[in-house]
Parts: sequence; structure tokens; C-alpha cells
Amino acid sequence: MAGDARALARLISLVEDEDPSARAALAILYPRTGRAHLVGITGAPGTGKSTLVNEMAKVYRRRELTVGIVAVDPTSPFSGGAILGDRVRMRELAGDPGIFIRSMATRGSLGGLARATSDAVKVLDAAGYDRVLIETVGAGQAEVDIAKTAHTTIVVEAPGFGDDIQAIKAGILEIADVFAVNKADREGADSTVTALEMMLDLNGTQVGRWRPPIIKTVAIRGDGVPDLVDRVEAHYDHLRDSGLLARKEEERVRDELVALLQHELTQALLASLRPGELDEWVRRVARREADPYAAAQSLVHRRSR
Amino acid sequence: MPEEKIRILIAKPGLDGHDRGAKVIARALRDAGMEVIYTGLRQTPEMIVEAALQEDVDAIGLSILSGAHMTLFPRVIQLLKEKGLDDVLVFGGGIIPDQDVPELKRLGVRGIFGPGTSTDTIVEFVREEIRRHRAGEPRQ
Amino acid sequence: MFDRKELERIEADRRRWEDTTLKESLKRLPECREKFITVSGEPVQRLYTPADIAGVDFNRDIGWPGEFPFTRGVHPTMYRSRPWTMRMFAGFGTAEETNARFKYLLKHGETGLSVAFDMPTLYGYDTDAPEAAGEFGKCGVAVSSLADMEILFDGIPMGEITTSMTINAPAAVIWAMYLVAAEKQGWKMEQLGGTIQNDILKEYIAQKEFLFPPKPSMRLIVDTIEFGSKHVPKWNTISISGYHIREAGATAAQELAFTLADGMTYVEWAMQRGLDVDEFAPRLSFFFNAHMDFFEEIAKYRAARRIWAKVMRDKFGAKNPRSWWLRFHTQTAGCSLTAQQPENNIVRTALEALSAVLGGTQSLHTNSMDEALALPSEKAVTIALRTQQIIAHESGVVNTVDPLAGSFFVEALTNRMEEEANRYFREIEALGGVLPAIEKGYFQRQIAESAYRYQREIDTKSRVVVGVNEYVAEEPLEIPLLEMDREGERRQIARLQRVRAERNNEAVSQKLAALEEAARGTQNLMPFIIEAVREYATLGEICDVFRKVFGEYREPVYF
Repeated sequence: MAGDARALARLISLVEDEDPSARAALAILYPRTGRAHLVGITGAPGTGKSTLVNEMAKVYRRRELTVGIVAVDPTSPFSGGAILGDRVRMRELAGDPGIFIRSMATRGSLGGLARATSDAVKVLDAAGYDRVLIETVGAGQAEVDIAKTAHTTIVVEAPGFGDDIQAIKAGILEIADVFAVNKADREGADSTVTALEMMLDLNGTQVGRWRPPIIKTVAIRGDGVPDLVDRVEAHYDHLRDSGLLARKEEERVRDELVALLQHELTQALLASLRPGELDEWVRRVARREADPYAAAQSLVHRRSR
Repeated sequence: MPEEKIRILIAKPGLDGHDRGAKVIARALRDAGMEVIYTGLRQTPEMIVEAALQEDVDAIGLSILSGAHMTLFPRVIQLLKEKGLDDVLVFGGGIIPDQDVPELKRLGVRGIFGPGTSTDTIVEFVREEIRRHRAGEPRQ
Repeated sequence: MFDRKELERIEADRRRWEDTTLKESLKRLPECREKFITVSGEPVQRLYTPADIAGVDFNRDIGWPGEFPFTRGVHPTMYRSRPWTMRMFAGFGTAEETNARFKYLLKHGETGLSVAFDMPTLYGYDTDAPEAAGEFGKCGVAVSSLADMEILFDGIPMGEITTSMTINAPAAVIWAMYLVAAEKQGWKMEQLGGTIQNDILKEYIAQKEFLFPPKPSMRLIVDTIEFGSKHVPKWNTISISGYHIREAGATAAQELAFTLADGMTYVEWAMQRGLDVDEFAPRLSFFFNAHMDFFEEIAKYRAARRIWAKVMRDKFGAKNPRSWWLRFHTQTAGCSLTAQQPENNIVRTALEALSAVLGGTQSLHTNSMDEALALPSEKAVTIALRTQQIIAHESGVVNTVDPLAGSFFVEALTNRMEEEANRYFREIEALGGVLPAIEKGYFQRQIAESAYRYQREIDTKSRVVVGVNEYVAEEPLEIPLLEMDREGERRQIARLQRVRAERNNEAVSQKLAALEEAARGTQNLMPFIIEAVREYATLGEICDVFRKVFGEYREPVYF
């Protein structure tokens, strides 16, 4: 499949559309996945994620590594449509056959990735891209999904987007493997770095454990990006050498499997109901004639009977 | 719910920076439930076709106000053919004199929308063309 | 302007009128719409009375033409002494073709030149650059080197006319070519008058024809301001433009506020360079749009003068009254033109032009009826110019200064414009100023929002555009369109290659190297650019130096 960009693009669409044929294709591809280093890039809107992805891809290409990019933007909850604008910052990557960029809309998923993102990533992985960069929506809460999908998660901060500890999103310590303080030529960059350092100190460091490095970058000029890429690579080495990679992979597979089970079982249950049965329960719960817990129990047990 | 979303590329080839129309159309298509890949200004035909391929879009909308349409549209169409993307719907807007329209249509630009076209007209056009294509009906 | 007693009496009378005459009338004849709004979506009342301008102090707020705060105009006698400059934007194809159009316009009574450049020139590319494919001469004239500039003004006395040049990112280079071409005609720099648009902030905000990141771009602009105030004193080194902001979809108040905020940013940067505000401020000029909402536009121009006068005097401490003046050029709204029934555009343009004149513009471009279709033909341009002449000579509106002053409606609208602008200034301030607001996409989002609202109004027919969503007629088009010389591009490229072959290439390399070194430092770049231009270094070569040193800007995208 590698080399046929058209087929690759088409397959990602089938995955996104949850087309039944996609499943068969993914099953065939699955043994060929697990080779790419998956790198997540998350951070608040305006921190310069897309530009950073653009520059990272350039660095990888100079090192003769191929790069797949998945850039996720939010779907409008009102219309179901989306404007996917990340390619704008990646125009310099155009024309390079060693790069494949795909924009994805979240399509109702809340975690900063689309439901199909991890499958799209598998497709790129199987197609032989050495590195797959996954750019999240970057809005709102800490994005746990990306940490589960990627081997290495870069959290991007920028001065002026919250320079103090309170403003830095809670929960990022759990997901960040590398911090990029982008737009570092601006006032306040050093205080953002200091705030992050303090947070890491407070969290305590254990010997042998990975302490997320903090790298200053000016993505628009490419400054600091080779260093950032070095640290990202170092993190992967650390994962592999410490045996964490295998553990992480098992965790990821477990999450994926559980999520698939939830999805499958729910679909199967819903499909087994009499027409209108769910609506009946909805009405009863809404009228406070039943509570939602009992309703759920009853629906599940009804099926097992 | 599994569904086949309409994915559409809105691009501004050439040098002019007048992106008002392109942005209004992008928003209108989004508000009609489509996924719009917006690639920004100063796109070469090569960049546009590459993006269309990677993004697996159903349609490409090009906005040109600089007068370079008779160079840029044919080039995009030619590159689409070379990549085997002939089935991608191509339409355009901007300042395009009536006398150039027949030639562009002959080349395969399915719709040309001048100033004053309502966004509803364009949304309907895209929907209908893609519905027809997906249903396997021949293009008229 | 009214004492409290009188206002109370008027208020009481208004209530009486509403309860009797109006009520009766509405019963028989209800109003056609629930809400009446301007083109910008601002509500308009049924009636304006002295109560709506109760806070107005005649001397303080309206005052006297030629005096602070200049609400009524910058000149005491306005058009009674000197009509506005009729300046028609022109340019297409080769320098030869545009030169001929210039001569035609001057012969027909135009009083100043205005040059439109083609896209490659606007982006600092030579005609034979790969980026220029298909774009040659389409939106203006191609000027790749001094040789083109010499032909463009061949037979036109550059020291006797004034020339406005719509050029932004590479403005310093094109201006240098103009200065050297004039020098070759035998004029001194002090004799030259005209304007370069040179307004990069509105490019980031609206028109998107930027090359370099904001900071080095601002440096180039301050370099031209500094050079101009020392060596070319009659030149307007910047035309701070709302026109394109409006064309991108902004409302009238946004156009006003964003433009003046840009203006303040240039003043701040120039003052930071150490320039005396009174040395350069008199050479700042503005450029506004004239859209279809007649009174809203007039109010916009009047408010603009009043705000700017206050800002220059009170915020920047300018002492010279000329520094307080807001002088402006106006162009009728390209975005109001329709491709349908294009003859109707003549009427639209006439109304828009009239609002600019009633608003006290210093110069005016009227669009041609066919501009929604293609570049204007000679006939269409002539009608557009005649429109201005009819307003000037037949309508009688030039007979008195600021004829609409004192209108309850116009004064109330003028006040509202000022308040709206101040509200936007506060928002921009809160974001850290114009440059940070650009990076955060503030302007782009505001404009996209307004543009979308306007389009939806038309789509849903809550706004009528004649010939577009009402009174639609399918008629064959009978507008003669401009035919360009098909051989032009080939000849232009041949000339460019000849220039490159015949010039002293060693000298060119030296001058470009000197320019590069200066660009890495902090010196004023104008003398270096002029030196390079004089040796026939091309626009593309000079801009490549800047691209190398400054980098290229990539737009943030906001919807």
C-alpha cells in the first residue's frame, strides 16, 4: 500500500465514515502496525501547534524520515460540519512525497481527537511512515486521549497564554512527555519556563523516571525545533529501553479493546430492542417514574434473559 | 452513526489576497454540515491537487479574483486527471467574465459562481452534484 | 445646543406626537419592516430629534471647518476653494499600455494619477518568477525594474502631477524606483508629490498581501516615513487604509476603528524611532471606503476627523494643527458592485461618491460599472470620472461646507460612530495593541463574522440588492470588456531579461550585498534601496534580500 497515496487517503475516509469495508482492511493492515513513532502535539489554541508540526516535519525530513500528519479540528455541534484549517500552516511541506497530511474533524468526539484518529494513525503506520504526528484540537480540558494514543506527547505552551501555575492546565503533568514553550522570543517566555519547572519540582522526581524536558521554540523561524525533535526521539528511546513501551502498548490495547467492547455491546443492545422500547424508558425516566440506573439495568438484563 | 460526510477543499490559487468570498463559502458549507478543508492563500495548482488527494475530498472550490483563472483552472484540472482524480467535482467563483465561462465548463469546471451568488445556491449545487455522483448517476 | 427646558418641551411633544399622529398613522399604514438597519447592521430610529444630540456642544463637537476638532472638514472653505482630486485608479498590462491610459485620463480632466500594480509586483516578484504564472498585468501594471517605471511615466512630468501608488509590502522599493525615475526626468526629490499606500497592518488584517513578518515590515515603513520627512517633504509616505478592511466585510464602525488604530500604531512606532511627531504626522494620510449606506458613511468620515484630531493632540501631544488633520482619499465600494445588470453600478457609485463628498474627502476614485466582471474598459472609466464631475459641477453640493452638519440624524450617527470606535480601541488595547491583536486573529474574526452576517442577510432577502436577490432580470450583457495586448507578457519578460543582461551586474551584486548587510542592522534602508534600484536591481531581487533576512509571514486563519 505504501506509495499509493490515493488508496491511503480513501481508506482513511472509509475509517472515518465507519464503513464496514474499513474494518476488514484494518484487520489486514494490523500486523504491519506498531513500527512508527507516534507523537502527539497538544496545547491551547493560539500556541502555534500547527506551525510547530510543520517545523518538526521539516526536521524529520532533513533526517530522511518520512512523516504522516493527522491534524484534528472540532466539528460544529450545531451543523455537524467543520472547517479544517491546519494545512494553512503546513504549506511548506507541499510537494514532498515523504509527507502525508490528513485533516480530521472530531465528529462528536470530545477528547480532542476524533473517534477514528487512532485508526487513521494505524493506517499511516502500516503505510510505512516513520513518524506520525497527531495534532489535537487543543481546546478546553486536558486531553487524555492523546496521551493514550501517542507514544510521546508534546504539550505546547506560549507566553501570554497563561504564565502562572494556576493558568497552566491541571492534568498536563500526567500527559506531557515533553514541553515546548513556543513563541519564546516574546516577553514572558522565561516565566512560563519557570512556572513549568516549579510544577515539575513540586511533582517530585524519582531516579530513573522520565522528567519532561522543557524546550523553548520559535516555531515560525524554526528555532529550537531540532532540539525539540531530539528530546522527542530521546523519550522514545527511554520508553523502549526501560520496557515502558511494551507496557504502554498493552495499556493502549486494553483501552482500545474496552472502548470497542463498549461500542459493540451498546450497538448490539440497541439493535436488539423493540422499536420504541428505548423511547418508553426515556419517557419514564424523564417523568421520574423510573430512575436511569434502574432503567439501564433493566434494559441490559432484559437482553440477557 | 456511520455516514458518508461530504468533504470539500476550498482553496485560493494565485496571488490575490481577497479571501472574503472563500471564507464566506467555507462557513456556509460548514453550516450545511460539510467538512471543509481550507488551505489558505497563494496555493499553486500542485498544492491544491496534492491536498485534494490526501484529504480525499469530494469537491474542490476555487476562488480567483485576480484574473488568472484561465491559467489556474486548466492546470488544476490537468493535474487532477494525471493523478486519477477526474471524479472530483471542481467549481469556482470570483471575477470571471462571461466570455471565459464556456471554455472553463468545457474543461470540466462544473460550476462557475460570480459575485452575487447566494451561498444557498452553492450549497445546493454541491449537495446535488455529489448526491448524483454517489448514486452513480452520470453528470449532465 | 438646546437648553434643558427646551429639550423637555421637545420630549413632551414627541410623546404627544407618538400618542396621536403617529399612532393613527401606524394603524392605517404600518411600517414595512420591524427593524430598520444600516448596511452595517446598526439600528436606525424612526425619527431623530434634538433629544438625540442633547449632549452635543456646538463649538466643542461640531465647530468650525479648518479648526479643531475638524468635524466639518480640514479646510475652512473646502470645495469652494479647491475641489477634491479626481484620482482614478488605473493600471494593467505593460508599462506602455498603462502609460497610454494615464495620458488618456489626464486629457479627460483627471487631476492626479493613481497606479494599480499587478499581483506579482504587489508580492515583490518579477514578471518571470514562477509564482507570477498567469498573473501578469491582470490587476494592474507590472513593474519589475526601474526600466518599467521609466516607461510608465514617459512623457508625464513627474514633478508637476501627483501620483498615488497602491503598493504595500514592497512599497519602499517601488517608491525608490519612482524617485529615481523622476530624478532621471530632471526633478528634485523636494518637488515630488504623491502617496504610497505602504500600510502593512491592513494587509495582515484584511487584504493579505503581506510578505514579511510584522516587525521588519513596520521597520520598513518607519524607514520610509523618516526618509520622506527628511528628503521628500511633499510626499505622503503612508495611506492608512480602511478601504480593504471594509471590502473584506467589516462594518463601517469596524473600518473606522481598525484604521485609526492602525494609524496610532504607525505614530507610536515612528515616535519610538525618535521622530518628532509634528515632523511626520502632517504627511500621514488616510483612505476610506464609500459603501452604500449614505448617512452612515458621512457620519463615519466626520467622526474619523474628530477622533484623529483628539488622538493626535491629546494622546500624542502634537502641537502643529496640521498634525491633527485627517486627510483622506475615498474609493467607492467595490464589494457593492454587482455582476448582474452592471449599468446599475453607475447609480450605486454616484450615491457612494456623493457621500464621500458630503463627508469632506480630499480625493476620490469612482469605480467603473464593469469592475465586478473584469478590469474596467475605457468607456466605463470615463463614465465613472464623469460621475465625479457631475457631482462637482452640477449638483450644488460643493457650494457650502459640511452641508449636513446639525442634522439630528447625522450628528447622532457621528456620535455613535465615535463611541463605537472608542469601544473597539478599548478591546484592541486590552489585547495588547494592534500587532498582538493581529496575531490573535481578533480583526480577522471580527471581519469574517460581519461578512458572513451580511451575506446571510442577502441570502435570506432581509436585505435587498437590486438585480441580485430582487428585480432580477436575465439580460444579455452589453458591456465592452477591456482587451489586453496578448503579446504584453512576452514583451515585458524580454525587456526584463534585456535589463538583466545590459546592466552592470557587478554593481548590482555589490548594492544588493550592501542592502543585505544594512537589513541585518538597524540603519534606514531607503538609501540602500535607492542605490540598488539605480543600478537596475529588480523588484524580485531586492525583495529576495528581504525574504532572506526577514523571513516570510504565514497567515493565521480565522473564521
